[in-house]
Amino acid sequence: MARESEDAGMAKASKVKRQKKKKTKENKTRTVQANILYDNAKGEENPNRHYANNKIKTTKYTVLSFLPKNLFEQFHRFANVYFVFIALLNFVPVVNAFQPELALAPVVFILSVTAIKDLWEDYRRHRSDKEINHMDCLVYSRVERRYVEKYWKEVRVGDFIRLRCNEILPADVLLLSSSDPDRLCHIETATLDGETNLKQRQVVRSFFDLDCDFDPLKYNSVIECEKPNNDLNRFRGYIIHRSGRRDALYKENLLLRGCTIRNTEEAVGIVIYAGHETKAMLNNNGPRYKRSKLERQMNVDVFWCVIILLVMCLFAAVGHGLWMFQYGDKRPVFDVLSPEGTDLSPIMSAIYLFLTMIIVFQVLIPISLFVSIEIVKICQVYFIHQDMDLYDEETDSHLQCRALNITEDLGQMQYIFSDKTGTLTENKMVFRRCTVAGVEYSHDANARRLAMYQEMDSEEEECTSHGGTLPRRDSVTSHQSAPVVLRSQSTKSHRRTGSRAEAKRASILSKHTAFSSPMEKDITPDPQLLDKVNECSSQMDFMRFHSQPMSQLPSDLSDIIDFFIALTICNTVVVSSPNQPRQKVKLASRKSLLSSSSSLITNRSSNKGCSSMLSSPSAESTLTKLDEERPPRGLDHAFSPVPPCYDGKAWDKEEGELRYEAESPDEAALVYAARAYKCSLVGRLPDQVTVELPHLGKLSFELLHTLGFDSTRKRMSVVVRHPLTDQITVYTKGADSYLILILLSFSKKIVYRTQNYLNLYAADGLRTLCIAKKILSKDEYACWLQRHLEAETAIQGREELLFESALRLETNLQLLGATGIEDRLQDGVPETIASLRKAGLQIWVLTGDKQETAVNIAYACKLLDPEEEILTLNAFHTNFAPFEIYPSSSPSSSSSHTVPFMVHRLGLVIDGRTLAYALDKSLEDKFLAVARSCRSVLCCRSTPLQKSMVVKLVRNKLKVMTLAIGDGANDVSMIQVADVGVGISGQEGMQAVMASDFALPRFRYLQKLLLVHGHWCYSRLANMILYFFYKNAVTLIFWYQFYCGFSGSAMIDQWYLIFFNLMFSAFPQLITGTLDKDVSAETLQQLPHLYVNGQNSEEYKPYMFWMNMIDAFYQSLVCFFIPYFAYADSDVDLFTWGTPITTLALFTILLHLGIETKTWTWMNWLSITFSIALFFTVALCYNASCPTCYSPSNPYWTMQRLLQDPLFYLLCAITPVAALLPRYFYRACQGTLFPSPVQVGRQLDKLPTEIRRNILSLSRVKVGSPLSPKPPFLSLAKPSPKGCNKKDQRSFPSSNTPPS
Amino acid sequence: MMASSYNAKDEDGHITVSGPGGGTLRSKKPENTAFKQQRLPAWQPILTAGTVLPAFFIIGLIFIPIGIGLYVTSNNIKEFEIDYTGVDMSSPCFNCSQNFSWNSTRPCTCTIPFYLDQPYENNVFMYYGLSNFYQNHRRYVKSRDDSQLNGDLESLMKPSKECEPYAYHENKPIAPCGAIANSMFNGEPVSCCAHQTHSSFHLYLICLFTSLADTLELFYNDPNGTKIQIPMTATGIAWWTDKHVKFRNPTDNANLTAVFQGTTKPVNWRRPVYELDTDPQNNGFINEDFIVWMRTAALPTFRKLYRIIPKKNSMVPTLLRGNYTLEVVYNYPVRSFEGRKRMILSTISWMGGKNPFLGIAYITVGSVCFFLGVVLLIIHHKYGNRNNSADIAN
Repeated sequence: MARESEDAGMAKASKVKRQKKKKTKENKTRTVQANILYDNAKGEENPNRHYANNKIKTTKYTVLSFLPKNLFEQFHRFANVYFVFIALLNFVPVVNAFQPELALAPVVFILSVTAIKDLWEDYRRHRSDKEINHMDCLVYSRVERRYVEKYWKEVRVGDFIRLRCNEILPADVLLLSSSDPDRLCHIETATLDGETNLKQRQVVRSFFDLDCDFDPLKYNSVIECEKPNNDLNRFRGYIIHRSGRRDALYKENLLLRGCTIRNTEEAVGIVIYAGHETKAMLNNNGPRYKRSKLERQMNVDVFWCVIILLVMCLFAAVGHGLWMFQYGDKRPVFDVLSPEGTDLSPIMSAIYLFLTMIIVFQVLIPISLFVSIEIVKICQVYFIHQDMDLYDEETDSHLQCRALNITEDLGQMQYIFSDKTGTLTENKMVFRRCTVAGVEYSHDANARRLAMYQEMDSEEEECTSHGGTLPRRDSVTSHQSAPVVLRSQSTKSHRRTGSRAEAKRASILSKHTAFSSPMEKDITPDPQLLDKVNECSSQMDFMRFHSQPMSQLPSDLSDIIDFFIALTICNTVVVSSPNQPRQKVKLASRKSLLSSSSSLITNRSSNKGCSSMLSSPSAESTLTKLDEERPPRGLDHAFSPVPPCYDGKAWDKEEGELRYEAESPDEAALVYAARAYKCSLVGRLPDQVTVELPHLGKLSFELLHTLGFDSTRKRMSVVVRHPLTDQITVYTKGADSYLILILLSFSKKIVYRTQNYLNLYAADGLRTLCIAKKILSKDEYACWLQRHLEAETAIQGREELLFESALRLETNLQLLGATGIEDRLQDGVPETIASLRKAGLQIWVLTGDKQETAVNIAYACKLLDPEEEILTLNAFHTNFAPFEIYPSSSPSSSSSHTVPFMVHRLGLVIDGRTLAYALDKSLEDKFLAVARSCRSVLCCRSTPLQKSMVVKLVRNKLKVMTLAIGDGANDVSMIQVADVGVGISGQEGMQAVMASDFALPRFRYLQKLLLVHGHWCYSRLANMILYFFYKNAVTLIFWYQFYCGFSGSAMIDQWYLIFFNLMFSAFPQLITGTLDKDVSAETLQQLPHLYVNGQNSEEYKPYMFWMNMIDAFYQSLVCFFIPYFAYADSDVDLFTWGTPITTLALFTILLHLGIETKTWTWMNWLSITFSIALFFTVALCYNASCPTCYSPSNPYWTMQRLLQDPLFYLLCAITPVAALLPRYFYRACQGTLFPSPVQVGRQLDKLPTEIRRNILSLSRVKVGSPLSPKPPFLSLAKPSPKGCNKKDQRSFPSSNTPPS
Repeated sequence: MMASSYNAKDEDGHITVSGPGGGTLRSKKPENTAFKQQRLPAWQPILTAGTVLPAFFIIGLIFIPIGIGLYVTSNNIKEFEIDYTGVDMSSPCFNCSQNFSWNSTRPCTCTIPFYLDQPYENNVFMYYGLSNFYQNHRRYVKSRDDSQLNGDLESLMKPSKECEPYAYHENKPIAPCGAIANSMFNGEPVSCCAHQTHSSFHLYLICLFTSLADTLELFYNDPNGTKIQIPMTATGIAWWTDKHVKFRNPTDNANLTAVFQGTTKPVNWRRPVYELDTDPQNNGFINEDFIVWMRTAALPTFRKLYRIIPKKNSMVPTLLRGNYTLEVVYNYPVRSFEGRKRMILSTISWMGGKNPFLGIAYITVGSVCFFLGVVLLIIHHKYGNRNNSADIAN
């Protein structure tokens, strides 16, 4: 208890200010008291009564509100309003064209289909809500004085709940007690952010020292905290005890709903936020809605349809007026008077007729188009999901389509913006080489080893392609059983989270990915360096033995050992052994290490410590430790080797299996590298790190402080007490460009040499990190710590203060060395990039990496070509924005930046600082002009914001379709800005995936996704939409108006008219829209040029809409006039004449679809057969059902009679043929005379496989036709000689498609 | 657009995900089926000149003979048509069409001689034809009550409002109601125009149909000078289903007068519906002339079956070659709406009446197909080989 009051004292001092500030903002906080205090007076007196309870309801509707609310939502779509308007118009007697009830049918059908779908979704939500609401948890009951089981929905704010291991948190809970001796609680946040690593949460400080179990009855504090918000990484507040003492609360104290308790037997907490006010629920945003390019284009044409409709109605109205007028006053008998017996003037009749015609011609606006598109898109998404080629066996994940309505956009991409790390590369870091104290160790053996893996990989790939499993992944599968423990504070920024189900999926995904493969683990040491390490440690051992001060060690040797120590401890890597729960390892090691009784106090306090940067307890305890007189220890005390009580053999055995789990893969790579030099990390506790060194045995470094990595500082530091020298040492590891600036000035020479090596590494495409150290005196440290603590406890601007504090510590560092880590390219990246580029896609890589590294990766993945000239844009003067372009590879080219020169193929490299200028309003046009004349663009050192700005700029200025692909949090903004965002569900959490429209397991799947599925989706949908317009534009009734006095009469029975599009002709087009493949997947992948088809929107160009309209016009003429002449001047009656017209219009429409269908599967046949059968069945039943109904057509026995009439069959044979003759002939001529590339691809498909393979392997062959009028579009060929290209480029400097 | 309400989670709900607690994981590997992998066996027609030209030739080769057949069949049908509107000065009915007087109590008759230059075998159908009569006008077509015509007693007394303004007359329901029925001809031509002076328009309609119904009498002028009236039947001219299912008298009671008690005849009619014919099987709603009229024509120029001249025996043609006289009681000028009246005599084949169009259409389409086939053949011959495999491989 003494500690507690001390704590409180400290806290009080630092919080006086805060309290005052807080009080003014009283209304912005939430006060939570324990419910048990108010158990008897439920209701009014309970101060928590205003807070939401834990019952969740994510459904949109209730039984009562469903109909009005759903209809209201549906009427947000203009088309629905339009159709309802038309249906209602039918109820007006003067203008009605159909039976009003019948005219309602289509719109009611469409609305109810949507409503049923919504209802079903809502029901599913309701079921899952119910399931969640009825989960059990233990809530303390005052009456029974124990924890009782309750449903989640009964949990209220202020309840005490007890959580056991592997339980899911029902609400946001403030952790008050934990069974863990460190008063910690581990949670898995996979459901929130998809990260499977365990996060630590700690008990509220005031409850640290409860030795006995937490007793809710004794609790009488009040918690004040923020109002509910959706920031997962923020929680502030304080707890006021009865004594008046206040303790601050941090996000480390809060357990969030949806997380899972791991590795902690039991925890108790008080509910702070419940139900919809929990952070997880507040983060549950609905999916975004994007409208695809095709849909935008379609909407324009729908608009044209409306205009055509109005023109036709107007025409008919004028015609009717004139027709009436010609009879003058003498009304002919067939011009029936209005029901009241009055007659209308021609003008009034014309106006009424206009409205009638709108009803009659309503089919011109395709009512079922929108529904059909939805259905087809859902099917397309289903098929993309089912594609085996997009399934990654390693991670057991396949492509996810998170946006359902932009599948066809995939086929129209023009620009790809890609992240580098984790997207192009594996984000599997392998230690490659290092330099220590200015000496380079090239690690040739290591390089050879890596090369070997590379070969193995390619062999494996072949194996997998034949269905084999990956031998390399054996280790992964063995890992699955072990609990994953990762003690690290997540420094990642705020995440977007999606639904729980997604996150669940994500967790399963990432479970497999967090481990290192043998390739990363088994590093072959450089013999020279290994010798030095051995020598050094033996010397140190000798010195320790002889009690000599360590400072006498030669500086280069001490640098080496420091270098490895830094590699080992300057990280957040956690050691775990696969066989045993992590806690046991920890306890054992603690026992073994802390044998001295004199250090008991320190020990006790350190138990409560935490390695977190934000946590003050450890710091405070350290301060106290500093103040203490350290008892003079014998050296054997400080680094006692393995204690005799411990079974050393067992330890050794285990050691081989120690596993390192790191927040980022490069940390693990460095630890593995150090282990290769026998400098291995064997244990990490909140307050100490144990390292095993050769000759020296296990050393435990007292961990005084950790300053975590963040993206602004680009480095991390640890403050430790060195067990050998007893000095307080700061080890810093960070990006070289940032670290070099804060180095001590005297070691210039080493710095210079190191810098040289760093450049060399970067040129090899390695990621570089610098390692530095600094020795602090106790006073310096105490001084720093004091201010740091202040910063930590500040509530206002804490982040900035901490940042400054970190800067104060990380100065005047002494450079130890640098490492080069290889980030291997993912499988198939160069091939994918090459084929995407052939497909006419511009690929820009936007990375945060160094320029050199980025350029080299770009070369490695064939983004940049050695043959091409590289333009490098670097701003030298920060104050101005000079656009200096200098050619880096060729001295011959001029440096004009306004007129891009087209002599060679160009690549553009630009760095972040320059990008900032380039993105300026005044320069962005110039920048774009330069950039688009380049074959590839590489932006290095760019911030997430810049990434998104680049995407936005290109998208808005060039009016192109953009795709952004990335895997990390830094790509989220870019992914959201692009037309299509693709997330790589890789190693860096799930943020990118959550923000994306499509999630891929690997970059190389992008090829099939775009080239095959994108192409298919686009061409299917484009053709379907065009077909829809055509189908609806076959307006036979219009022609009839000329023969019925423009009276709005229809020869087609209204039932046929209304159900024609909805039923009779609906299925075949859906099947074709879903299954049609214009070119096979293989050919599409092997001839990426076919993708240009979609980029140029060649399946659906504006003129095609008009061509289709004209075709529909012609076909309707044929369908109308052949029966017209065949029945001219006969005794045929209205509907006996109209029914054959309907029938043959159906045949014509289906055959038209047949011409446009490229692949006929049994489903196509079935659907067409079904359509025809359906029509005749319905017609026969309808015509036999009722002799007196269905006024006015009353088609009793019409179809039956027609079927006996040979004329009917003769008509059905000739009309479709005559109607489709032009189109069929045109298609045939086109197929021969000027085939589109797609058609050529289809012809290739037909060839026997062997011949095709031959042809495709010679893909340089020109496949297009020499006589074609548009050679550049038709040539499938790989480019032609260079000279030709140059010419092309010169003549079309503004073309954004690269020379194919 | 609707997808906005979708959740990705909802969409791929078919993927079962085991809870976060672990447990057994089902592999999410997609099934390797032809359907799911979009590899269904398919016929992939490629439209090129080479592949398509057989279709053109085949269509051509099928269509041309059919067309010829149809043409010949149509030509074998004998049809004779007289326009007796009387627009021309020379026409015998010119006077009738000009001298129409509403006050006249006596109908104007005209006699039109004509000569059939070939004998008509089998049954000969006699039609009356009207032009520019818009029986397909939207409001006209609707103006009927099918359930009344089907003998529904309730509808008989309460005609549907579709019949307005021809549903009630002098507060009595009209049977049969509606404009179509109202404009039907009356069976009795006598003095049709006598007392309809107030409404000239409706008046002449009665007369028109009166004249059509009763004045089309056909006489054969025997070479020896005698005038023989050709016998014609007025039954069997309507659809069987119309006569027996769709149209029914309110009861099968022979006394139709009692059945139609309380209703009134259509305004323009001379006689009530139950006096259309003396034959009870052709009276009331099931009168075939009435039924034929009620089947509204599709086009403004139409013909309707009027009478059938049954063949006598197989040895003698129904209508011999020779001179005939058509006696028309001409009461009504259709010239006010530019209408024409015709009488048509026609035999019938399996494909209906005489209409050479279909034959010509078949021949034309067939020839065009054949021609296009030839064009494609040329195209194929000249350019077709360019895309074929051998060429690509080169």
